[in-house]
Amino acid sequence: MTPLLEVTELVKHFENGGGLLRAQHAIHAVNGVSFSIDRGETLALVGESGSGKTTVGKTVLRLLEPTSGSLRFDGTDLLAATRNELRTLRRRLQIVFQDPYGSLDPRMTVGASVAEGIEIHRLVPKAEIANRVGQLLTEVGLDPALAEKYPHEFSGGQRQRIGIARALAVDPDFIVLDEPVSALDVSVQAQIINLLLDLQRDRGLAYLFIGHDLGVVRHLAGRIAVMYFGRIVEIGSRDEVLERPRHPYTQALISAVPVPEPGSARTRIVLPGDPPSPLVQPSGCPFASRCFHPAKNATCASQRPLLRQLRGAEVACHHAE
Amino acid sequence: MTGPPLLEVDGLRVEYPSKAGPTYPVDGVSFSIDRGEVVALVGESGCGKSLTSLALLRLVPNPGRVAPGSVVRLDGQDVGRLENEALRAIRGGRIGLVFQDPNTSLNPVLTIGYQVLEAVTAHRRLGKTEAKQRVLALLEEVGIPDPLARYRSYPHELSGGLKQRVMIAIALAGEPDLLIADEPTTALDVTIQAQILELLERLRATRRMAVLLITHDLGVVAGRAGRVLVMYAGRLVESGPTDRIFSDPAHPYTQALLRSIPRLTGPIDRLAPIAGVVPQSAAWPLGCRFHPRCPLAVPACSSETPPWRATAPGHEAQCWLVEGTR
Repeated sequence: MTPLLEVTELVKHFENGGGLLRAQHAIHAVNGVSFSIDRGETLALVGESGSGKTTVGKTVLRLLEPTSGSLRFDGTDLLAATRNELRTLRRRLQIVFQDPYGSLDPRMTVGASVAEGIEIHRLVPKAEIANRVGQLLTEVGLDPALAEKYPHEFSGGQRQRIGIARALAVDPDFIVLDEPVSALDVSVQAQIINLLLDLQRDRGLAYLFIGHDLGVVRHLAGRIAVMYFGRIVEIGSRDEVLERPRHPYTQALISAVPVPEPGSARTRIVLPGDPPSPLVQPSGCPFASRCFHPAKNATCASQRPLLRQLRGAEVACHHAE
Repeated sequence: MTGPPLLEVDGLRVEYPSKAGPTYPVDGVSFSIDRGEVVALVGESGCGKSLTSLALLRLVPNPGRVAPGSVVRLDGQDVGRLENEALRAIRGGRIGLVFQDPNTSLNPVLTIGYQVLEAVTAHRRLGKTEAKQRVLALLEEVGIPDPLARYRSYPHELSGGLKQRVMIAIALAGEPDLLIADEPTTALDVTIQAQILELLERLRATRRMAVLLITHDLGVVAGRAGRVLVMYAGRLVESGPTDRIFSDPAHPYTQALLRSIPRLTGPIDRLAPIAGVVPQSAAWPLGCRFHPRCPLAVPACSSETPPWRATAPGHEAQCWLVEGTR
């Protein structure tokens, strides 16, 4: 069976500057990323700010045009699609953003926001729209009577539920979840995570979950891809990546997660420095400048490691075993 | 313990006027901090954590004020009675502040060096070269590589982690006895967060500086703070040694917070959220303020404020269900 979404060698560069006094630079946000997602499955894309994970999410939906690479959704080439085809496909691909404050129109009632997609895609007769909106609000755990209210009257968690209802309104197969719980308190975050799991089970949704909190990722995703500097450095099943991380960056990321267990016998790896600037492409491994692997050598500085298949995961490190 | 604690807070209330009468987003908070101690103040957004820290310095945003009867003592000195110079000596002097987002705290059109210099000269008369030396020493102390080059940098030229280090350097400029760090790592990536937390720990140890760490992330607290204060709806509901708060949380709110955290180890079960949200300060519930969200609430909870009870030395909770002394 073909995967629902197939991303191959995705590249996205942003042109920067290019003025009278400044040379033009290309910011290499995404540098050849490949992965696939099956129906009903969740792949998590984790990494720090600047790793390119959000750019991947937006490019997959063609909210950003990729520089090169291929995107196939349910067998259809997303990049070759005409405007009309894309419109039809977009109904099946949705996104939920991190900031429920920024992604809802403050002057539209919540009901109108949720109804927007239904109207655009003419999914139900006009007379039934209100009814459908009520069902959607109920599905995400909100009182349908709240449809008449405006976004500012809701709490952060409720607004995120509205964002989810909006995405569900068009009955998608696939949703990009771009840090959907990062702005929420931990108590409310748990509500939203449970909701996302329920919706996936009930509707057979596939998720691309973009996040940085590995605890959250562990509860949501079956597979995990770790991004660093525009590339996937490790990808595999949840258990492989979290229990037996092979890439030193993945190891550092896991060790840096603050764990609510004082005195837990974990070794803390504190990485020095910041991620490198995306304006400069290092010739070797982009992680080499912060790497602590005992076997680090001249090869790391000169040759970029490619993803290699190891038992249970693919890892881009010369020394991973 | 010898001598009085560094900071003593007793019955702290913050009052905001409203048409329906005053509201109290911070409503009777008492705690103390010793020299060199790290105390964490945790709770959900809207519980009054940040307002508590601002109230310690009498920096409550308008039209609010610290309510009469609140006591804040630094080294036995009543902060509530200080005016002008004496108050300024404490703000950014004996008590330093670091906020969550360095982007909104640093001035984008002034160099890093100038902004640290401002803080250095605000509390001490120093010659030009001496002041600059001091700035460079501070930048070095907070782990900024090549301080001389960074002196002339503007905030946008620095990463989020480096900007937060600059904020810490500014807070250290007044040689504080107490550093209030309000969500100092929330806006940062985890690997950078680990660096900043390590820096704070190093500064605490080398300077014997006390730290009040305000955070919503219980993970950040574990292994960093000696004591934890749990705040809910304007009040403290539990306080105790960090290890005990995690191993034997007494208050149902603390228990619920800990249960709701998605963990990296253990079974991958359904998460246990806390139903509902923190109420608004204009409508704090009667009795125990957590009772509408509490899975264990009994009738007494909705009518009477529970007493503080100690479950172990130094570990207390304000809950009717806690078996304990007092």
